[in-house]
Amino acid sequence: MSAPAVFFYAFGAAAVLSALSMVLHLRNTVAAAMSLVVTMISLAVVYVVLDAHLVAALQIMVYAGAIVVVFLFVVMLLNLRHDVFAQRRERLVKLAGVVLALGAAFAFLQLVPNSLPTVQEIPADFGSYAAVGRALYRDFVLPFEISSLLLLAAIVGAVVLAKRRLS
Amino acid sequence: MVETGVSSDLLRWIPALPLLGALVHGVGLGLLRREMPRGLVVAISCGAPIAAFAVTCLALAQILGSAGESRVLVDEVFTWIGAGRVSAEMGFSFDPLAAIMCLIVTGVGSLIHIYSIGYMDDDHRDDGGFQRFFAYLNLFLCAMLLLVLGDNLLVLFLGWEGVGLCSYLLIGFWYGDRWNAYCGMKAFVVNRIGDFGFLVGIFLLLGSLGDAATLNFVELKAALPKIVEQTISVPAWLPGPESWRLTTLIGLCFFLGACGKSAQIPLYTWLPDAMAGPTPVSALIHAATMVTAGVYMVCRMSFLYVEAPGASAVIAWTGAATALFAATMAIAQTDIKKVLAYSTISQLGYMFLAAGCGAYGAAIFHVGTHAFFKALLFLGSGAVIMAMHHEQNIDKMGGLRMRLPVTHGVFLVAVLAIAGFPPFSGFFSKDEILLSAYAADQIPGHQWLWAIGLVTAAITAFYMWRLHFRTFFGDCRADPESQRHIHEVGWVVLGPLVVLAAFSFGAGFLGLPQIYGDWLGVPDSNALANFLHGVLPHPEHEIAHATELGLAGLAIGAATLGTLVAAWMYLWSPAVPARIRAALGGVARLVENKYYVDELYDALIVHPLVAVSDKLLFRVVDAGLIDGLGANGSARAVRGLAAHVFKYGQSGLTQGYLITMVVGTLAIVVWMLR
Amino acid sequence: MEIPLEHVIGLSALLFAIGTVGALTRRNLIVILMSIELMLNAANLAFVGFARAWNSVDGHIFVLMVIVVAAAEVAVGLGIVIALFRNRESVNVEDVSLLRW
Repeated sequence: MSAPAVFFYAFGAAAVLSALSMVLHLRNTVAAAMSLVVTMISLAVVYVVLDAHLVAALQIMVYAGAIVVVFLFVVMLLNLRHDVFAQRRERLVKLAGVVLALGAAFAFLQLVPNSLPTVQEIPADFGSYAAVGRALYRDFVLPFEISSLLLLAAIVGAVVLAKRRLS
Repeated sequence: MVETGVSSDLLRWIPALPLLGALVHGVGLGLLRREMPRGLVVAISCGAPIAAFAVTCLALAQILGSAGESRVLVDEVFTWIGAGRVSAEMGFSFDPLAAIMCLIVTGVGSLIHIYSIGYMDDDHRDDGGFQRFFAYLNLFLCAMLLLVLGDNLLVLFLGWEGVGLCSYLLIGFWYGDRWNAYCGMKAFVVNRIGDFGFLVGIFLLLGSLGDAATLNFVELKAALPKIVEQTISVPAWLPGPESWRLTTLIGLCFFLGACGKSAQIPLYTWLPDAMAGPTPVSALIHAATMVTAGVYMVCRMSFLYVEAPGASAVIAWTGAATALFAATMAIAQTDIKKVLAYSTISQLGYMFLAAGCGAYGAAIFHVGTHAFFKALLFLGSGAVIMAMHHEQNIDKMGGLRMRLPVTHGVFLVAVLAIAGFPPFSGFFSKDEILLSAYAADQIPGHQWLWAIGLVTAAITAFYMWRLHFRTFFGDCRADPESQRHIHEVGWVVLGPLVVLAAFSFGAGFLGLPQIYGDWLGVPDSNALANFLHGVLPHPEHEIAHATELGLAGLAIGAATLGTLVAAWMYLWSPAVPARIRAALGGVARLVENKYYVDELYDALIVHPLVAVSDKLLFRVVDAGLIDGLGANGSARAVRGLAAHVFKYGQSGLTQGYLITMVVGTLAIVVWMLR
Repeated sequence: MEIPLEHVIGLSALLFAIGTVGALTRRNLIVILMSIELMLNAANLAFVGFARAWNSVDGHIFVLMVIVVAAAEVAVGLGIVIALFRNRESVNVEDVSLLRW
C-alpha cells in the first residue's frame, strides 16, 4: 500500500471516529466542537490525497479556523459548556430509525457502485491553486462575485439577529 | 387580391380625417381633463367633415371623368387580418354607389356639424359635454365612411359596429336622465340581434365558398356562381319547401342585420326611442345616414339578392309592411320627434320595398333624397324645439308661422318633399319606387305592394301635414309665459337648414325619369341611374309611358288626398280630430300606444329573458354553480381539508420536519439511481 | 490512482449518515448546526472525489461555494441561536415549537 493510500484510510478512519465522537458527546458541547475540528483537519488531509490542494487549504482555514471557532464562541457566550437536556427516546422511534438507516445503507450499497463513473486519467497539476484559480476567475467569475453578496447578507443578518435590543 | 380599379391614396383620408378629429377631442379630453376652448373644438370637428367632403369631391371628379373599369378607385391601406385562406384588407373602394353614399354622409354630416354648434351651445356640463359630443359625432362619421367605403364585408362590418356604438353613445348622451341611458341600451341590444344575423350571413358565405373564400365584394361577385346552385335542407317543422337555396338563406341573414340597423319590422322598436338623443344626432344618425346603412348593405350585396328571389320577396314585403305600419303609428304621435322617427321607419320601408323589387337604384335615390328632407325635418324640428325651450309636444305648439318664419319656410319645403309633391325631390324617388313595385312581376303580389305604397304615401302626406299644421298654424297653445320667449334661432342653425332645403327641393332632378326629361328636352335626364349603371343590377321592365304617367298621377292624387284630409281636420274644423278619436275608441288607443308592440315584446321576450337570466342563469348557474360550487366550493374544500387533516402535519417540531425531509430525499435518490 | 472512487464515496456517505443522525437525534441547536456542517463536509468530499474521477475542477469550485454557504449559514444560524437564547433561556429545539396547530 502506497503512502497516499495509507494517509487516506488512516485519516478517513480518524474523520469517522471524531464525527461519531461529536455526535455522541451528549454532555459536553465544547468537546463536541473539538471533535468537529479533528474531523475537519482529517478531511483536509484526505483532500490533499485526492489532489484538491486549494480545497484542503480552505478547509483548514475556513472550517477548522473560523467556523468551529465561531461555534466555540457562541457556546462560551451562552455558557453552555454542559448540555443539560435530558435525551428522551421512545423505543418505537429508535426501531424506526434503525430500520430506516439499514434500508438506506442497503439501497446505497446496491445502487451506488453501479452508477459510478469510470475514473479518468488526470494531469499532473490537477487541483493546483493555478488550475482552480483559472476556473474560478474565468468560468465561474459571476457566481464567485455573487457569493460575496451572500456573505454580505449573512453578515448583516447575523448582526441584526444577535444585536442586543436597545429598550 | 384583384385589382379592380385605379389605385388612389386619396380614399384613406376620407375616413381618416374625422377619425383624427375624434382622436384629438377624445385624447385631449382624457389627458387634459377639461374642455378645450370651444372655438378650437368647433374648428377641428367641423373642419374634419368639411375636409372629408372636399376629398370626396376630388375623388368624385376623378371617377366622373373616366368610364368603365376605371370608374372605381381603390386604396389598399394594409392587410388587417390574414388568416389562412381568408384575408381582410383594410381596403377602400370608391365606386359610384360608395360615391353617392360618401357625398351624402360627408355633405349632410358637415351641415349637421355646423348646426350642432348652435344646438349644443347651451351644454355646459362639467364632463366636457360639448367636446365629447363632437368627438362622438366625428367618430360616427369615420365609422359611417368606413362602412360605405370598405371594399370587403369585414371593413363594412367594422363600420357597421362603429356606427352602432356611436349611436348608443349619442342616444344616451344626456345620461343624467336614466330614460336616455335606457334608450341607448335598447338601441344597442336590438341592433345586436340584427348583427347576429349579419355575422351568421358572413360565416355562411365564407363557409360555403370553400377554397374561394373571400370577403372582398368584387371577388365575392366573381365567386358567387359557385354557390348559386347549392341548397340546404330545412327542418321539417318549418313550412314551405323542404330545401332552400343557400343564397336565399344568406340573403335573409344579411337582411336580419339590415332590419336591425335600418329599423324594419320586427326590429324597429329602438328607433323611436333613439329620439332621446340630441336632435342633430337624430337628424344625422337616426334619419339621414346610419339607418340607411341597411339599405346600402342590401344594395352592396345586390349581386347576391339577384340570385335570391325568395330573400328579395321577403325584403320587399317587409319593407312595404313596415312602411304602412310605421306610417299609421306616426298619425297619433304628439312628440314632434317621434312623428319624424316613425316617418323615418316608414320611409326606410319604402327603400327596402325598392331594393326587394330589384330597383336598387331607386332605393339609393330615395336614400339620398330622404337624407336631405329628413335631415331638414329633424333640424327644423330642432330649431322649433330650441325656440320653444326644449318643448317637444306639438299639442303645446301652434301658430309658430309668424314667430319662426325661416324655420317655417324650410319645414314647408321638407313637408312638400316627403309628402311627394312634384317637383320636390321626394316625389321623384317615391314615384320610382312605386313604379318598380308595380312592375316587379317576379315578386308574388307585387300589385299589392304597389297599393300599400300608395296608401302609405297618402298617410305620409296626412301625418306630415298634421305635424306642420299643428306646429306652425292655428293659435299658440304654449303657456303665455313661454310664448314671450319664442324667437327665431341664430343663423349658425338656420344656415344649414337653408342649404338642406335647397337640396330637398332640387335633389330629385338628379334622378329625373326620362319621361319628364323628354318633356324638358334633356337627354339622359336620369343622371343618377346612369351613374350607377353597371354597379347595381337594373330592373328590366318596360312600362308604357301612359301607365307611368298614370301611376305618377295616382301618387300625386294620394298625396293631395292626405293633405286635404289633414287640412280639413287640423285647419278648417279643429273639432274633428277629437270626434274621430271618440268614435274610434279602442282603435285610436291602439294606434296611440303604437299597437302595444313594445309591451308585447316586453311580455314575450324581454321579461322571460330577464326572468330566465335572473332566476336560472344568475341565481342557479352563476351564483350557485360557478361561484358556489366552483370558486367558493373548492376553496371551502381546501380549507376543510387543511383544518381537519393536514394541520396535524404542522407539529412545530423541527426535527420532525427534518426526518420527513430526509425520508423524501432518500426516496428521490433511490429513484434517481435505480 | 490507488484509491477507488467507491471508497471515497463510501467515506462521504458514512460521514453524511453520522451528520444526519446527529441532526435528527440531538436536541441542542448548536450541535444540530455542527451536524449540518458535517453533512456539508461529506458532500464536499463527494464533490472532490467525483472531480478527480471526471478530471474536472468544477467540483472544486462547487466545494468553494459550499464553504461560502456554510459560513453564511453558521453566521445566521448562530445569530438565531443567540437571539433565541436571549428570549427563552434555552437552546433546545423542543422548546421552540410554537408554530403549530
